[in-house]
Amino acid sequence: MKYAAPTSVEEAQSLLAGDADAKVFAGATDLVPQMRAGRPEPSIAIDLKKIDRLMALGDNGGSWTIGAATPTSSLTGNGAFSGDLPGLSYAAGLIGSDQIQNRSSLGGNLCNASPAADSVPAMVVNDARAVIAGADGTRTIPVADVVTGPGSTCLGDGEFLVEIEVDKPTANTSDAYLRMIPRTEMDIAVVGAAARVTLDDSGNCTAATIALGAVAPTVVRVPDAETALVGGPISDESLAAVAAAASAACNPIDDKRGTIAYRRQVAGVLAKRAVLQAAERVQNGGAA
Amino acid sequence: MSRTHVICNINGDDVEFLCDDGESLLDALRDDVGLMGVKEGCGTGDCGACSVLMDGKLNCSCLILAPEANGTDLLTVEGMADGDHLHPLQQCFLEGAALQCGICTPGFLIAAKALLDQNPEPTETEVRYALAGNLCRCTGYDKIVRSVLEAAVQIRETV
Repeated sequence: MKYAAPTSVEEAQSLLAGDADAKVFAGATDLVPQMRAGRPEPSIAIDLKKIDRLMALGDNGGSWTIGAATPTSSLTGNGAFSGDLPGLSYAAGLIGSDQIQNRSSLGGNLCNASPAADSVPAMVVNDARAVIAGADGTRTIPVADVVTGPGSTCLGDGEFLVEIEVDKPTANTSDAYLRMIPRTEMDIAVVGAAARVTLDDSGNCTAATIALGAVAPTVVRVPDAETALVGGPISDESLAAVAAAASAACNPIDDKRGTIAYRRQVAGVLAKRAVLQAAERVQNGGAA
Repeated sequence: MSRTHVICNINGDDVEFLCDDGESLLDALRDDVGLMGVKEGCGTGDCGACSVLMDGKLNCSCLILAPEANGTDLLTVEGMADGDHLHPLQQCFLEGAALQCGICTPGFLIAAKALLDQNPEPTETEVRYALAGNLCRCTGYDKIVRSVLEAAVQIRETV
C-alpha cells in the first residue's frame, strides 16, 4: 500500500481516477480496523486531511460548510455551529471517545455507510447536502441519498465527498438527536432518532422532519410522524402518533444489540423525545 | 510496500525515521523509534493504550498511518516527566495506586494530560467522560479518576 497526501481536490481526484483500488480516507477510524479485520488494503491510501477545503468549517451567513474530513471535535468545539445546529453537533460528538473525536468526521461517518452512524439522521433532518467531486467536476445531492445500503454509497468510481452543506435553521426551528445504547458512552447505536421542528408564536408546529437510524439498512424518514405533528401543538396525542408512526416505519434486524421488537418500541420512544427536545430548544431560543 | 521518510518532533526532539506506508504510527514509534511507552491493546481505536498527543490533540496512534506524522509534534508518555521529576499525574498515579499491570497507564496519563491541558478544574464526571476512550481491566477506574482529580489540584496549586 502506498500513502498519498494530496493538497487539492483536483490532485486527489486524479490519484483516485488513475487507480481503481485506490481509496480516500479521513480519520481512518473505520479504514484501519477494516484492514485489520482482513479487508484488502487499498493500493493507495489517499489522505484527505492535507486539503484545506476538506478540513474547513465555514460560516456562510445562511449556512455552514463542513469539510468532509473536518474532525468532529472541531464541530462540537465551535459554539456558533453548535448553537445553530445543537442536534447535529450532539450527534457528531457521540462518535467514539475523545481520541476518536479528533479523527472522526461527518464525511467518514456518512461514507462508511453504517446503518447505525449517529450523525447521518441528524444531517438528514436538517436537509444537509453532500458535495461530491468526480471527473466531471462536482455534483451536489441530498445527504439522504448518499447511502444505498450497509457499507455502500451512490458514489461512483473516482468520486469522493468534498464537503457537506447545511442551511442554518430558520426562526423558531431547532433540532435534536437521541440514541439508545446499553451504557453511557463508547457504544454503537441500537436505535437513533433525529427531529427538527418549527413552531409558530403560539406553539403550533408548522414543519417537522423526523429520521431514524439503526433500525433499517439506511436512515428512515417518518413522513407519517411529520404529518401528525404539523398543524397543531406538541401534545400528548400528537406525540403518541409520532411514536406509533416511528415504530411502524422501522425495518430492523435482530442482533446482539437488540431484537426487532425492542428496536421498534425504542424507536417510538426516542422519536417522541427527540421532538420534545427540539421543541424545547425552540422555546428556549435555540439554547439547551 | 512503499516506504516513506518521516521527519517530526517527538517529546521535544527532532526525529527522523523510515516507515512502511501501511504501518501504524504505533508500530513506528515502538519498532522504528524505540519508544515502548505506547502500547497496543486492541489496534482498532477502542482501548486508548496507544494514546499520544499529535499537535496537542489526543489520538490513538494505532489509527494513524505512520507517514501522516510527517511534520507533526508528538508527545508520548516518555515526554511527560521533566528529567527525573515526574509529572504530577505520574506522581499521583503512583501514590494513588492507579495502576496494577500498567499496560493501560501510559495511555491514561496522556489522555488525562490532554484533559487537564484543556480543563484544569474538571469535575469527576468530566474526568470519567474524558477517559472513556481508555480501558483498564485491573483497577476498576476509581483510583485512576481520584488520582487525576488530585493531580489537577496539585497542578493548580503550583501555577
